[in-house]
Amino acid sequence: MKRLNPLLIGLSAIMLGVAPWIINAAPYESTMGLVQKIFYFHFPSAILFLVAALICGVASAIFLFGKKASADGWAIAAAELGLVFGSLTLVTGPLWARKAWGVWWVWDPRLTSSLLLWMIFSAYLLLRKYGGPGSDKLGAGMALFGMANVPFIYVSVNVWRTLHPQTSVVPTLPTDMGIPLWFCFAAFTMLFVALLNLRARLEHQRARVEALYLAEDEA
Amino acid sequence: MIGSFFRVAWHVMRKDLTVEVRSKEVLLTTLFFAVSVVLVFSFAIVREGRAPDDVAAGILWVAVSFSGTLAMGRTFERERYNDTLRALLLAPADRPAIYTGKLLGLLVLLALVEVVLVPLVGLLFNAPILAFPGRLATLLALGTLGFAAVGTLFAAMLVRVRSRDTLLPVLLYPVTIPVMIAGVRGTAALFQATPDLAMAQFWIGLLVFWDAIFITLALWTFEPVMTE
Amino acid sequence: MGCPTFAPERATVDKPMSSDFDSVAVVDLARHYGRRKALAQVNFTCGSGEIIGLLGPNGAGKSTLLNILATLISPSRGRVEYGARTAAQGGAEIRARIGMLGHDLFLYPELTARENLLFFARLYGLPDVEAVAQASLARAGLAERGDDLVSGFSRGMRQRVALERALLHDPRLVLLDEPFTGLDQASTAALVSRLRERQQAGRILVIATHDLDVADGLLSRAIFLKNGRVVGSDEDSRGLTERYRLAIQ
Repeated sequence: MKRLNPLLIGLSAIMLGVAPWIINAAPYESTMGLVQKIFYFHFPSAILFLVAALICGVASAIFLFGKKASADGWAIAAAELGLVFGSLTLVTGPLWARKAWGVWWVWDPRLTSSLLLWMIFSAYLLLRKYGGPGSDKLGAGMALFGMANVPFIYVSVNVWRTLHPQTSVVPTLPTDMGIPLWFCFAAFTMLFVALLNLRARLEHQRARVEALYLAEDEA
Repeated sequence: MIGSFFRVAWHVMRKDLTVEVRSKEVLLTTLFFAVSVVLVFSFAIVREGRAPDDVAAGILWVAVSFSGTLAMGRTFERERYNDTLRALLLAPADRPAIYTGKLLGLLVLLALVEVVLVPLVGLLFNAPILAFPGRLATLLALGTLGFAAVGTLFAAMLVRVRSRDTLLPVLLYPVTIPVMIAGVRGTAALFQATPDLAMAQFWIGLLVFWDAIFITLALWTFEPVMTE
Repeated sequence: MGCPTFAPERATVDKPMSSDFDSVAVVDLARHYGRRKALAQVNFTCGSGEIIGLLGPNGAGKSTLLNILATLISPSRGRVEYGARTAAQGGAEIRARIGMLGHDLFLYPELTARENLLFFARLYGLPDVEAVAQASLARAGLAERGDDLVSGFSRGMRQRVALERALLHDPRLVLLDEPFTGLDQASTAALVSRLRERQQAGRILVIATHDLDVADGLLSRAIFLKNGRVVGSDEDSRGLTERYRLAIQ
């Protein structure tokens, strides 16, 4: 597992480095032109954002109910990555929206849901930072609520009118748009996995250092 | 077992209400805060003596959520004062029962606040609060329940945390947004010129679902989260 | 004294008292907060009829230890055995046999003394709560002040109500955190005699205190804590002040 990380990072770095050329080679979309190409970064970020939420929720449940201490490392790693990929989504989204629809922000379901989920991640990390001792348990409790909310956020926000392209866009993409998309998707996913591993490992090692420190002067 | 659960919850609620009736502190301050929120928003939004349509619902729910957050913080502050929360946790009573008792006490308090708030909003914004009283009451009840259920858990969690006053809203608002949306949209559907009952029904349904899931989640997580 | 005696085992409405224990064993107990060791390598045993003193400077871990004994804090390492079971195994049944008088007294100031006692009696599921509360008020010497708000009581009076609250359900293990703080001579004497009475009834008492003069002569055993560790313990409770100085310095 450990040796995979540098490989994943290296591979994704190369792929992301090459990506601009591949994206450049992709055809222009008829209505939106150049700016539509943000989609190749925006879409993977958004998906991984949701994946991070799922991982954080599951890890928090395992930590709180299964009482596995190591699960907490995964939860905080997923939350931090969720914040990063969420920020990426929330920046690329408005950039696209400005050119495509003329406004920086619209209160459409996907964007609003993403913003809310981003705020939940932020709240979680604030609690972890300022919650004092025992904040790992409190954070886990809060994360459960936050993540269980995801479907509800989506449904409730969705009843408003939407400007977002419907989900059905992706399967109907022509191949020469499909290739750069899946290419970027693979690159981002590898990056995500590698960073998740590294951050979780950092957390586990921090806990080990603490345990060693505490055991230091035991008989 | 079920009997003792409700017995404990009942006694905790009764104790909270007795304390509140004596001092009336939380009720009065929460009530006046809620009224101030309504007034502040009115001044911010009303132009040339008229409020834009549809704001009544929004202002009502904003006032409920702001004042509710305050009330939650205060009721747990009381348990912190003489460390009575520790005494409650020490009792052989089911921990979720204690949570339920505190939740019920908070609901009674918020119901009293809303009894004043709804007519006030109706008055100030000419909102047709008496058009569909049953549905309106249901929306308010379900929305307040959902909001208070999560808030009681979070307030209890934060009781020993130093920045609890600021962390409570920070944690609570993003998580209870679906409740807010459902509450506001449902109420707006009832208040609008041609009421959309089907819409209101949809939001009520969503709230029932949300409340069921999140109250269950709160009952499950109360014990592990409260043990140090 | 004329106060009614209670049967040693009082069943709650819902849970019959089958979980009584007559010894408490602390085995290799440790509690950490991040890198701070609040308690480390604490070992001791106590049995019925003993009054154990936890002595030590501020920050020594006495309150933490009491809270762990009360099952309110879980240990980072080690365990506490109540008879044959640990807190994890016994759960609520063990809590039903533990009573605690905290440093902050655990009373609601907006309620009367009687209401406080009634509330906790109901919470513990005791039968005939009115009689129990009345008896407790009598034992605290506050029968006539029973319907006054606790907020109007002096420290000594509050202490007495708080102690009776802790003893409502006739717990086997009685934990007291700095009970002698701020008490005058008469109150201290009353507290001491009540504790002795509990000791004779076969209860286990663990008292964290600074008050060495009172402790001297009351304790059957003293455990000295410094920086979360046990630095000495002794059977004989003579010359406590001297031994404290030796152990802690």
